[in-house]
Amino acid sequence: MLSSRIFVDKLRDSGFNFFTGVPCSLLSGLIAHLEGDPDLGYIPAVREDAAVGLCAGAYLGGKQPVLLMQNSGLGYSLNAFTSLNLIYKIPVLVIMSWRGYGGQDAPEHIIMGDINQQLLKTAGMEYAVLEEDHADRMLAGALKTIKDERVPYTLLVKKGLFDERH
Amino acid sequence: MKGIDAFRELAPLLNNEPTVLANGYISREFFNVTDRRENFYMIGSMGLASAIGLGVALAQPQRRTLIFDGDGNVLMAMGTLAMIAACAPKNLIHIVIDNEVYESTGSQRTLSHDIRLEEVAKSAGYKQAMRVTRREDIRPAYQQLYKEEGPVFLLIKVEPAFDASQARVTHTPEEIRDRFMAALAG
Repeated sequence: MLSSRIFVDKLRDSGFNFFTGVPCSLLSGLIAHLEGDPDLGYIPAVREDAAVGLCAGAYLGGKQPVLLMQNSGLGYSLNAFTSLNLIYKIPVLVIMSWRGYGGQDAPEHIIMGDINQQLLKTAGMEYAVLEEDHADRMLAGALKTIKDERVPYTLLVKKGLFDERH
Repeated sequence: MKGIDAFRELAPLLNNEPTVLANGYISREFFNVTDRRENFYMIGSMGLASAIGLGVALAQPQRRTLIFDGDGNVLMAMGTLAMIAACAPKNLIHIVIDNEVYESTGSQRTLSHDIRLEEVAKSAGYKQAMRVTRREDIRPAYQQLYKEEGPVFLLIKVEPAFDASQARVTHTPEEIRDRFMAALAG
């Protein structure tokens, strides 16, 4: 298991300094650590697409944003990604929980869990499935894409990767 | 009052404030009145002008930030009014050009003829929210709100009267981003 506290420290050390999103239980440890850190903080967003817009504005204003969301929010966010981030070249690191992975979850998560990778690919969104043993390398890869290509990069998070708080 | 009259009234009042403009005729009309590098023309992502403006205001707390929004955009993202109120950026002025229709798609009606958006904003927790219906009231209302602590909200009622012969925004999205970021960094 990856420590949420250590991963938040890695995000900070990588230069990320603006955090918002819509919660998922799989990301509850990360959000708890962000909220407990006065230097980082976490802004609760009402919807995932609003969080995409918020991150875009923060980036334009000089911040390096991170958006945390469940994969259920991907549907809400696709128009924002395709008609804002991908055409203006506005990057954001998306940490997206992969509910419904392997068909093992509550019914509402099964279809999105099955198609979230295809949706990301179809939209031309770069992503990786975050792995405990390669977290540093994957975060560095995400940062490189964000800096060089200036497009969103998604890290998919499976259940059990991070410690949870609920 | 036409929308372009409202923009002609507002344009001379602006200095170097970052200004996020909603998609559709809001961006296009203001581009034709005054094109400044502080203008972020949001050409897609309907509903997100307010969220983008909030992000800019939070990232640049020392700079007054403006949002030029439309009634359709605000209605699509009423939850963002709550985010703005909760974040309470003192430097944010949210201006809504309300023509009560989705004009760029054929003037289908929105709900703002029946729903008073400035009251929604006030209820959400904006520090101040005003409505003006006459061109001569725009300048004093803007100047008053400019002195107040944000977030503040100004709703300007206009008639749907867009001149479709006006040019579209000629800058590419990446050009819009680059000059906006350069203006904010400077």
